[in-house]
Amino acid sequence: MIQVNAIGDACPIPVVKTKNAIKELNGPGVVETAVDNEIAVQNLTKMANQKGYGVKSEKVAEGRYLVTMTVGEAASAPEEPEQETCLVTPESAAARKNVVAISSARMGIGNDDLGGVLMKGFIFALSQQDELPKTILFYNGGATIPCQESPSLEDLKSLAAQGVEILTCGTCLNYYGLTDKLAVGEVTNMYNIVEKLTQADLIVKP
Amino acid sequence: MPGPITFCKGGGCTAKLGAAVLNRVLERLPKGPPDPDLLIGYDSKDDAAVYRLTDDLAYVQTLDFFPPMVDDPYTFGQIAATNALNDIYAMGGEVRTALNIVCFPESMDLNILGEIMRGGSEKVIEAGGVLAGGHSIADSDVKYGLSVTGVVDPHRMYPNNQGRPGDALILTKRLGVGIICTANRVGEASKEALEAAVASMTTLNKYAAEACRSYTVHACTDVTGFGFLGHLHEMMDGRLSCVIDLDHIPYFPQAAAYADEFLLTAAAQRNRNHVGRFVRFENVPFAMEEVLFDPQTSGGLLIALPREEAGSLLTELKNLGLPAEIVGSITERRDPEILVAGTK
Repeated sequence: MIQVNAIGDACPIPVVKTKNAIKELNGPGVVETAVDNEIAVQNLTKMANQKGYGVKSEKVAEGRYLVTMTVGEAASAPEEPEQETCLVTPESAAARKNVVAISSARMGIGNDDLGGVLMKGFIFALSQQDELPKTILFYNGGATIPCQESPSLEDLKSLAAQGVEILTCGTCLNYYGLTDKLAVGEVTNMYNIVEKLTQADLIVKP
Repeated sequence: MPGPITFCKGGGCTAKLGAAVLNRVLERLPKGPPDPDLLIGYDSKDDAAVYRLTDDLAYVQTLDFFPPMVDDPYTFGQIAATNALNDIYAMGGEVRTALNIVCFPESMDLNILGEIMRGGSEKVIEAGGVLAGGHSIADSDVKYGLSVTGVVDPHRMYPNNQGRPGDALILTKRLGVGIICTANRVGEASKEALEAAVASMTTLNKYAAEACRSYTVHACTDVTGFGFLGHLHEMMDGRLSCVIDLDHIPYFPQAAAYADEFLLTAAAQRNRNHVGRFVRFENVPFAMEEVLFDPQTSGGLLIALPREEAGSLLTELKNLGLPAEIVGSITERRDPEILVAGTK
């Protein structure tokens, strides 16, 4: 295995150093690159996926990531660059891709008023957790929650401020006439919703 | 200080903060009472601010500065100034005054600063403006740019988000200067590629903007740090969609080649993280995806205008020697917001 230290290096240096190390391998083997930012991890992962190398990455400490590439026998000509060779191993809880999918303005089936109160309570409690989800998806009736006049707006803004990605279905906002009322997070589409759900480590559906 | 100048830590618009990070901060700023004369502020994420003085006169204000993206100080000065001045043209305005913004290490040779400012001041003159002052700070790294003020008739300014379904989209410069400068930083760019990129980055959008004057421009922006797709996303404004024809995208072939060598910038990845979810690629090679996300320093204008006028404007732009192309068209809103289609 070759270890590459790219701590403190700006893109594209980590990729250049890693490429040189892979050249040095001169065949199958493993290259482990240490970097200090997530963007560098993403750029290294892109390269590995394009080249058909196995790749995994982990956050070993604050501002320190290890990207491990495994160069196989037939790694030179990837015909299917889209193929997921990317095995991101979730080391810390923060790196887990937990997704909360909210499809209604109410929690549970029964009394609607109670359902609304429960949903507000759920989102508040969610914002107080030690382990926050990576993404919250809002669709269908759920799309009203991140909009103006929603009782959960402050909690959602607090979640967003803590780095939680808040995505709301654009078709749904449009359907309910809420497109210009969205007050937190960003608009998304079905491709992205499908991607978030299928790639999640854990899906929470209140 | 090693070498004549420690330029190029990753300069130009690749040094811009990511839009996602920036939005988080901007959203939290206290807002005073709305001023009806502030026609364009940062709510619309436009290229410059526009403030109305009278019914037919508004001033356009912009400020842009960044670290060097090329080794030659004079060229850097030209590029930084061009990039700043171009924001005025993206609004449909005319340049009037400019102020220098300088960060410069005390220990560095002042002749270098002189060269940077000579490059900048030449571009201000070419723009028809007057250099009216400036401000300089002793700093560990070189940064240079301009604060520029222009004027525009509010009825004739170009917002970045008023495109209409059916409009054609024209791009007036080649994409890929960010990748070429990045490749140059690690010694991988050819001399020809760098020269072509520099020629592009020192071209004022003044001439393209003047050509636009006789057409019904609905929306206009200049393609800079957020890359072609980032600025296109802002132009769609959450209510429009568009189809981009990959075969007509003007780009530097060397940039695609360097992207295939993974000479990728952090800023392009940030752009991908920010707008990737709005984009679907069909038959688009990896290298071209990177070119479309590549942050541009002093990029071209992206113009939305009625399809029936597009051919004639394109001819005028080409007659000016610009590598302009009709790159796609705007549609009603649908999913995905931006479809980039190549031929198989």
